[in-house]
Amino acid sequence: MEQREYKRLGETVIHTVLSNGLNIYVDRKKEYQKSYAFFATRYGGMDMKFQLDGKWQDTPAGVAHFLEHKMFDTEDGNALQALALNGAQPNAFTSNAITGYFFESTEQFEENLKILLSFVSIPWFTQESVDKEQGIIGQEIRMIEDNPEWQVYMQMLSALYAHHPITVPIAGSEESISHITADTLYHCHKAFYQPGNMVLCVAGDVDPVRLAAIAEEILPKEPGDKAPRDYGALEPEGAVKALVKMEMEVAAPLFQIGFKADAPVKEEGALRQQLVCSLACDALAGTSSPLYARMYEEGIINGTFGYDYEEQPGCAFFVFGGESDAYELVYEAVLAEAERIAREGIDDALWGRLKKAAYGQLVRRLNSFESICVQMAQAHFDGYDYLQFPQVFDAIQKSDAEQVITRFITRARAGMAVILPREGADGCI
Amino acid sequence: MVIVVLNMTSRGLSQGVHLTALHTEKFKSSFLSIQLLAPLAADTASRFALLPSVLRRGTARYPDMQSLAAALDALYGGSIDPFVRKKGDTQMISLVGTFLDDAYTGGERLLEPFAALMGDMLLGPALEKGRFRPDYFESEKRNLINEIKGQMNDKRRYAQNRVIEEMCAGEPFGVHELGTAEEAGAISLDDLWTAYQDLLQNAGIEVFYCGSAEPERVEEALRAALQDLPEGKARYAPARPQQAGPPQTPRFVEEKLDVTQGKLTMGFRTGVTMVDAQYPALVLLNAVYGGTATSKLFMHVREELSLCYYASSSLLGTTGLMLVNSGIEFQQFERAKEEILRQLQACKDGDFDANELEGARRAAVSACRALTDSLHQLEDYWLKQAVTDGQEAPEAFIGRLEAVTRDEVIACARNIQLDTVYFLNGKEA
Repeated sequence: MEQREYKRLGETVIHTVLSNGLNIYVDRKKEYQKSYAFFATRYGGMDMKFQLDGKWQDTPAGVAHFLEHKMFDTEDGNALQALALNGAQPNAFTSNAITGYFFESTEQFEENLKILLSFVSIPWFTQESVDKEQGIIGQEIRMIEDNPEWQVYMQMLSALYAHHPITVPIAGSEESISHITADTLYHCHKAFYQPGNMVLCVAGDVDPVRLAAIAEEILPKEPGDKAPRDYGALEPEGAVKALVKMEMEVAAPLFQIGFKADAPVKEEGALRQQLVCSLACDALAGTSSPLYARMYEEGIINGTFGYDYEEQPGCAFFVFGGESDAYELVYEAVLAEAERIAREGIDDALWGRLKKAAYGQLVRRLNSFESICVQMAQAHFDGYDYLQFPQVFDAIQKSDAEQVITRFITRARAGMAVILPREGADGCI
Repeated sequence: MVIVVLNMTSRGLSQGVHLTALHTEKFKSSFLSIQLLAPLAADTASRFALLPSVLRRGTARYPDMQSLAAALDALYGGSIDPFVRKKGDTQMISLVGTFLDDAYTGGERLLEPFAALMGDMLLGPALEKGRFRPDYFESEKRNLINEIKGQMNDKRRYAQNRVIEEMCAGEPFGVHELGTAEEAGAISLDDLWTAYQDLLQNAGIEVFYCGSAEPERVEEALRAALQDLPEGKARYAPARPQQAGPPQTPRFVEEKLDVTQGKLTMGFRTGVTMVDAQYPALVLLNAVYGGTATSKLFMHVREELSLCYYASSSLLGTTGLMLVNSGIEFQQFERAKEEILRQLQACKDGDFDANELEGARRAAVSACRALTDSLHQLEDYWLKQAVTDGQEAPEAFIGRLEAVTRDEVIACARNIQLDTVYFLNGKEA
């Protein structure tokens, strides 16, 4: 066991690798009532094409998410209920690249951890329960499709990417999930739910030695194979479409402008790249930037305006969006500001304040056990140490952010999606 | 008067101005919020709701968003947000701030400058001709109208708001905390200025702090920050909500919109609020009925019968209302409604076993313990105590939850009456 002290952050993490290859990270949080455990596999909505036992497999969209729903079934019943009966609040999510199962509890942590590790590692599906789940997930898909925020995000991705699997909805479609059988689920579980492809992250006042012993006892003894995946041919550098429009029952137009960045780097450089890109967004459109103030005062954006830099395996992009009638003006304003920064650079005083602000926000994010555990898991899969961020952050220069803006925030890399209020809809009720 | 409950200090700063301070070093952030309390009423809700957004736009010292954002960035990215909520018959108009705790700044003290900035925002707004700046007023008014209209984007929330609006029509609680788009649209600059003066004189004022600073230091910082507050002679103090009884026959409201999933929400009157001795029993009843993943609604209506994509119940503790929220296929409306009511009848008949009750108790206890790990939940908890004139710490409430008997839960269930059923149907159904 290796103990890592992060003095500036007041955090202590114990890291262990079990003989079956599972990595365990425990953030010792004293004084807290709750503990949080996050057990994740590097397998998400994007992983539709992969190799199992030497053969390429093509699976329908939505399997990772479907599997997440069905993993809670156990031979004795349902793990969700077993955890809830112990007062734990369990849940799970499937992202593009990760499926994570977690619970938070204030009592019986070790008992709950045993349940978590067992149900995730022991598949138990019947064709009957798979058929029934198709109805439940079908409803969930319809509910997501009703959500304008989700639609505008998916449309934006479809403007940026030609064929990258990030454009495929994580939950799949009602059609795609109709092809999922109990066998599909068993195959995918075998391919991805192996200790060598997983990570366990815990935050709380827990005993790391006992925790490792529990994991050793419950989980498979072998690390398993790492399944190679295929995300398709290389994407073009620029956006595929400049503009995508769609109508829905919304009160005001929703828009997102995406800018396609280069595919992310791995390991040490990955954290640096994320921090630089996030600072670049702040400098371009953050609340204390000249662009934000101008757009807000002109009334072309409101409090719903926001931005993000997002990375997934094989793709990375910036997104700026919100609610506005004047989305075209916002689009032009963002591009014009990027050109100005490329010419004149970022103001020195602004840069100094932004760094201070971003640092404070990164530290404050450590209040959330979920955030700590998910970040540690993400960092583990990508090969870096997340809690090193203060040192990495200190070394970032203004010119790093300027280069990112100059390179990526351009018309050729931009794709905008807009959800318009439906023609003839009465709007008010 | 100073009351100390564990690490909580409660003190009056002056007539009608009250501070609750929690001392803890476990968070990375400090939390500071200032709320103006006023009676919730249809003719003032919108103008009071507009106020904090206009105040947030600029102070005499930092007159625009950019300089204000720069000031916050310099305080390590602290945030101050306008926030409007309702608790019982009280409208709570807030500025809510979080900032990096002094322990992580390398020696810089942030509480004093942060409190001063919040005080400035509340008492020293950017003015033009003795009124709020017209441009700020106009743009925030537009934002408020859009926010009210935009609430229909989130159909789940919308359905919940609609059932409250219908069942509490004519009661203060039936007024939405943001008022209506019509009311908001009719506000003039003079109206807002008068409302502001009215609040400064007559609103009750609740300040909440949580962080590493000693209570004396917090009190001093707040006294300094609020020194320009006029001396109010009769500041508003919340009273027990006025409630009508349920109608003879439950109300039924159906609305048709272009959605693919139906929403069924139901409003019940429990007759019990947070201040009543039976409240812990009501909390357990809600958990048995629909508040957890082991509850009757979840297990029977969602899992066993697949009648709903989601179905859960929740309590509004300050008013004594219980709401059931569910997402359904349109044609399942009658069956889902019947089944939801049948499960409540089962609770009234005492048709739940020891496992269900203990599961509910563990979940409720756990939620109560876990709230002490969350700044936002701590704030919400202590503000509810403040508006009901309570001083009960979460630990004491847990003691009462542990003591609730099965008969008390049944007695509580028997007093619950259905008031209103709201159905959001599809247009082509």
